[in-house]
Amino acid sequence: MGSFMAGLLEWLQHVQLAHFLIVSAILFALGFYGIVTRKNAILVLMGLELVLNAANINLIAFSRYTSLTLDGQVTAVFVIILAAAEAAIALAIVLNIYNRFQTVNIDEISHLRE
Amino acid sequence: MELFDIVFYCFAFFALAGAVVVVFSRSIMYAAFALLFAFFGIAGFYVLLHADFLAITQVLIYIGGILVLMLFGVMLTNKVVSVDMKTGTLQTVPAMIVAAVVGGSLAGIFYSTWSTTEASPPVMMTSTPGIGTLLMTSYLLPFEIASVVLLVALVGAAMVARRRD
Repeated sequence: MGSFMAGLLEWLQHVQLAHFLIVSAILFALGFYGIVTRKNAILVLMGLELVLNAANINLIAFSRYTSLTLDGQVTAVFVIILAAAEAAIALAIVLNIYNRFQTVNIDEISHLRE
Repeated sequence: MELFDIVFYCFAFFALAGAVVVVFSRSIMYAAFALLFAFFGIAGFYVLLHADFLAITQVLIYIGGILVLMLFGVMLTNKVVSVDMKTGTLQTVPAMIVAAVVGGSLAGIFYSTWSTTEASPPVMMTSTPGIGTLLMTSYLLPFEIASVVLLVALVGAAMVARRRD
């Protein structure tokens, strides 16, 4: 156990591909937690952005450290484009829901029409 | 520890601390501003990974665009009579278990698969000309489709959000 901890400490001191991947895994888990637990629809969207960013970190880390080169970065550009489109549409829908129901708590919006 | 490692841990702290506040804070405004720090830390990661174009894009689009849009959303969907806009949570314990299992297994897989890579890969030149060339050659069709998707999404968003009298 002691040697394992020493090895881990040694490994932590030289940042390489796996460090970026593990940070992105933690970001993904946090974003997932936010999506599942939040009541406010806008905070759900914030969790979604965290998940998309975690995926982007993975794409760019692989494009730096493996033979993927620039293809990963171009894919990340498309992810950012779609995230922008998604945020605009989702916020428009949330504003519409607020105008209709006077709330954006997703546990209170349980019917499709009035 | 070299400078690269120290800077990596600084940015990782920014990103993870921001994300933790976004997910756990009960105040909506604190969550929105913590998202700024998370995006900033991730933009720093992109700089460390020699993705200069993407780092600038991250700052411009996420911090300058999406975050401001989120703040507009927060302001327009709450009765801003008091400063503290709170929000509740649902199903915290099962969600925490599932998120811990998912994140832990992902991190374990990453550690066991990719922990021994080449320590210092060759330095890449600036990435912007390469991305531009790729977008105009092998990724031309997805690029055009993405532009149409953005146009349709923005027109649709304006349609959906407008008030009908």
